[in-house]
Amino acid sequence: MKISYYPGCTLKTKAKNLEVSALACLDTLGVEYEELPRWNCCGAVYSLADDDLIHIIAPVRDLIRAKERGSDTVFTLCSMCYNTLARANELMKNDEEKRKTINDFMDEEPDYAGEVRVVHLLDFLRDDYGWDKLKEKVKIPLGGLKVAPYYGCTLLRPKDVALDRFDKPQLFQKLMETLGAEVIEFPSATTCCGAYQVLGNPDAALDISRDILSDAVNHGAEAMAMVCPLCDYNLGHRQGAMLNKYDDAKELPIYYVTQLMAIALGVDPGECHFELNRDSSLKLLQEKKLTA
Amino acid sequence: MPLNITQRTVSEELRQKIKEISGEDVSKCYQCGTCSGSCPMNTHAKVLPRQTMALAQLGQEEALLACDMPWICAACHMCVVRCPRGIDIARVMEALRQIKLRQNIDQIELSNLQPEEIADLPQIAMVSGFRKLTS
Repeated sequence: MKISYYPGCTLKTKAKNLEVSALACLDTLGVEYEELPRWNCCGAVYSLADDDLIHIIAPVRDLIRAKERGSDTVFTLCSMCYNTLARANELMKNDEEKRKTINDFMDEEPDYAGEVRVVHLLDFLRDDYGWDKLKEKVKIPLGGLKVAPYYGCTLLRPKDVALDRFDKPQLFQKLMETLGAEVIEFPSATTCCGAYQVLGNPDAALDISRDILSDAVNHGAEAMAMVCPLCDYNLGHRQGAMLNKYDDAKELPIYYVTQLMAIALGVDPGECHFELNRDSSLKLLQEKKLTA
Repeated sequence: MPLNITQRTVSEELRQKIKEISGEDVSKCYQCGTCSGSCPMNTHAKVLPRQTMALAQLGQEEALLACDMPWICAACHMCVVRCPRGIDIARVMEALRQIKLRQNIDQIELSNLQPEEIADLPQIAMVSGFRKLTS
């Protein structure tokens, strides 16, 4: 199996804490991969209009880049990239007419028919690496850390690209358990944070993000783990605005799951780039004596 | 708001257009309201998904194009996975957005974004927001 890594637009800058910590984990786990030497933005959202194929071109180009490298698998860390690439891949695999139109349009590229498998880090760990093997690599179990795993939307919906059952997912909980954390289940784990509505309706996005955080806190969470840079912005970065706006808002430390995994695997905490999180994130880990 | 529905106020053209862009048949909707109950934005929209679907079924062009739902929808697909009729409501919302965006009517004005906002927002927010809310 040859694995390509597709970074996506945000991971080299604002979400460096996701990329660097994730790649450090994979290195520690001994997973071999190659970052695509050439890639473009996937478009972040999959086009839902039947007559709009031009927006499928960008993700398909990325898949062609992976195929060109001789990879049979491409993995993403960002859940929106996962969704966009996986859906474009399904279209190229299953829709003969659209596949032909897209391939004909991109006459400078080799034809593509969904040959590369698109995975996200989470299902890669479950299906390719395995929980048992991962458990053996844990050096600092996250014992006593009450973590609410937050899926958001694009890892579970729509069904044809869902990493797990959309209505009762277990994947993320299983990962946190494997890392030794105490898993806090909460009903809003699959509720949308408002996503790009932070541009269109920022107040509504703030409201529903606050509801998600309150729900996790009310179920006993002292931290939240997630995987999407946009969720991190809405649920993490905007907590300052929430604390200003709502009297009952409480600070909840937010982590990329890969930052917690890095700590558990004994990776140098510098690779976690906690300076890109709110201060509460590193502070909680220090309080729990999980890092210096 | 009461609507006066006669044969003359039903836009068959609009219904066709929604079908063409979304690939979905809105007449399958039996108005159970599961979508409205599932929508994370349901306390913020004035016209909920079920009501939007009803207006689409009835081809009420003016009322439908004035609906706020497509513009507050975050395409989270919760309604899609829960719809008992298997309607991809996110695609219907996309069609309603596209009908306006294709007339060059933007929902957000990019020049109003302040430099500090641009510096603060992650790229993923801007790319996805521009894709959904501008033409």
